[in-house]
Amino acid sequence: MLLDALLLQLGYNASLVAIGATLLGASAGITGTFLFLRKRALVSDAISHATLPGVGVAFLIMVAFGGDGRNLIGLLIGSAVSAGIGLWCLNWLTRNTRLAEDAAIGAVLSVFFGFGVVILTVIQSLGVGRQAGLEGFLLGSTAGMLWNDALIIAAGGAATLLVILLMRRPMTLVAFDPEYASARGISVSQIDMLMMALVMAVTVVGLKVVGLILIVALLIIPPVTARFWTERSDLVVVFAGIAGALAAFIGAALSASAPNLPTGPIIVLVSFALFALSLLFAPNRGVLAAVMRHVRFQRQVHLRQGLLALAQGQVIYEPLTLRLLRRHGLLRADGVATETGVARAAKALRDEHRWALVRADQSLEATAALYDGLREIETVLTDDQIRDLDRRIGTPREVLA
Amino acid sequence: MMGEEFVPLSLTPLLIGICAAVACALPGNFLLLRRQALIGDAISHVVLPGIVVAFLFTGLIAAWPMMLGAAAAALVAVVLIELIRRLGRIEPGAAMGVVFTTMFAGGVLLLEQTDTSSVHLDVEHALYGNLESLIWLDAVGWQSLLDVDALRHLPPELPRMAFTLVGVLLFIGVFWRPLMISTFDESFARTLGVRTTMLGLALVVVSAIAAVAAFDAVGSIIVIAMFICPPAAARMMTNRLEGQVLWSVAFAIVSAIFGYVLAGYGPLWVGAADAVSAAGMIATVSGVLLAIAAVFGPCRHRAGSPAGV
Repeated sequence: MLLDALLLQLGYNASLVAIGATLLGASAGITGTFLFLRKRALVSDAISHATLPGVGVAFLIMVAFGGDGRNLIGLLIGSAVSAGIGLWCLNWLTRNTRLAEDAAIGAVLSVFFGFGVVILTVIQSLGVGRQAGLEGFLLGSTAGMLWNDALIIAAGGAATLLVILLMRRPMTLVAFDPEYASARGISVSQIDMLMMALVMAVTVVGLKVVGLILIVALLIIPPVTARFWTERSDLVVVFAGIAGALAAFIGAALSASAPNLPTGPIIVLVSFALFALSLLFAPNRGVLAAVMRHVRFQRQVHLRQGLLALAQGQVIYEPLTLRLLRRHGLLRADGVATETGVARAAKALRDEHRWALVRADQSLEATAALYDGLREIETVLTDDQIRDLDRRIGTPREVLA
Repeated sequence: MMGEEFVPLSLTPLLIGICAAVACALPGNFLLLRRQALIGDAISHVVLPGIVVAFLFTGLIAAWPMMLGAAAAALVAVVLIELIRRLGRIEPGAAMGVVFTTMFAGGVLLLEQTDTSSVHLDVEHALYGNLESLIWLDAVGWQSLLDVDALRHLPPELPRMAFTLVGVLLFIGVFWRPLMISTFDESFARTLGVRTTMLGLALVVVSAIAAVAAFDAVGSIIVIAMFICPPAAARMMTNRLEGQVLWSVAFAIVSAIFGYVLAGYGPLWVGAADAVSAAGMIATVSGVLLAIAAVFGPCRHRAGSPAGV
């Protein structure tokens, strides 16, 4: 059943939903990346909640003019207008008052949502039109998706992708270094506005599929996921698009494969699963990689300290150090150093002396800064320099009685 | 509107609304000043999964398991946000966004998966609450306030909300000085021996309790308006913390009363038959208050920015 869904074999409607959701996921992930890099991820939360009154008002207007009230384009235009007003309020509050952006986000989000709820109850009490569909905008409903709806979603997704493709250079620049960007003659406020317009477009298009409360997840989670895998901004954008599309596609397929699996929440949960996997297993930035790095470092320190202790004839009590020395064949079971052990201990001690000279020498200051107790001296000095140091240390001398 | 039906139909929802608004606005002041305003946002979203899980465990719609479930969910969310922020080295806003959307999605999914059709637990109710339904059927008029028998049948939400308010008041009152100092200058507070991390966590927990108690009456999203709007409006009125807290309480009470009255009686004035959502109206009124304060408030500008700009 799930396989059928993944291969788009579950019939016309399910395939339509899956394709629409995938396009939406891709464009949400890509748009969200710029928001995330600009550290304004939660602005999307305010924008998405601010769409609700627009949906209600658009419905009322369409009914007042004798329409059906459920025309998707009309509702989406209404939601875009009210999201725009919300965004304007947000910017005005942060620019002209002492409120920080987070407080402004919360205020806009909750007030617009509250007002939207008031309008929804007005619609309910008027009992006009077929208002049953409006609740679908809260949590998304793809069950009754029509060809036209899917077309709108696909077109919206494609349009945002095209705009991003054209504007990716200035947007990346602004996301990383607004001051430098404005010094280069790019209008930061215009690019910011464009970014917000894109977020708004994605939100509005996504209302029908995942609903206004969860669309934020599609804008935030994929970029955060992608950030784990690369340090390059162009790749973060691509990866976020892929993560968003993948999550949306799998989510839509899962939701089509069984009853009572609402599309929006499933997509969000799949998206989170991808995030959790990345958090744990991503190379370099992942938790597992960090743990392994830590263990490797710990072993290096223990081995090094153990060798130094051997060279100076000190007794080693630390169990991990003992275990490591034995495993590397440097120490016998009875605690006496093997031949390699003696040799490497002598080398470690000599290296310490060499480093001590390096650190005392003003002319080698840059090299001395690299000393961390683990670095092999051969990796930072030439053979000639080491030979010069050895001459200053001198050869082993006999013990005077 | 002061007629016979006021006490049974309007008095209790009105009181609950006022208590909820004040209980949320008080900790909201500190959250706002600490730039943690969106913690309220995160908490209120994760209340839903907490309540659903509590329902799944106990199988009944009872107040205490649900409060516990919601409070536990709020704590889980705070811990998860902190964990993801530290482990993944992600900025706090994004970490918050990841956690609360995921938990909310989980809550919705659980709700759809379980058969809750027989009980009164649905997504819309959780989102925008039902203040109007908290009526006091046993009251017949003002004299019922002295009638022990009728008082015993008060909606349980009212005493619960009142207790929460008292608890919040106690917390703020007892920890006023440490809270104030650590809000404005955390390192100075630490040199004085204040355990700032614990205090910050306690503030979040108190906010969570207020959010959970208010959730019942006004739903999970409108709670955010109560956390943020009155303190934000109060911030425009004064530069002193004491003044700000008092202003925020005043704004909270005004929004609760006006919101409820407008929702209940406003439609009747313009000739419509039915009331609109009281919770939504309270949020709207608090937003209007914030807008007025933002345009006219004496202290609306950032300190140091030129006047009249």
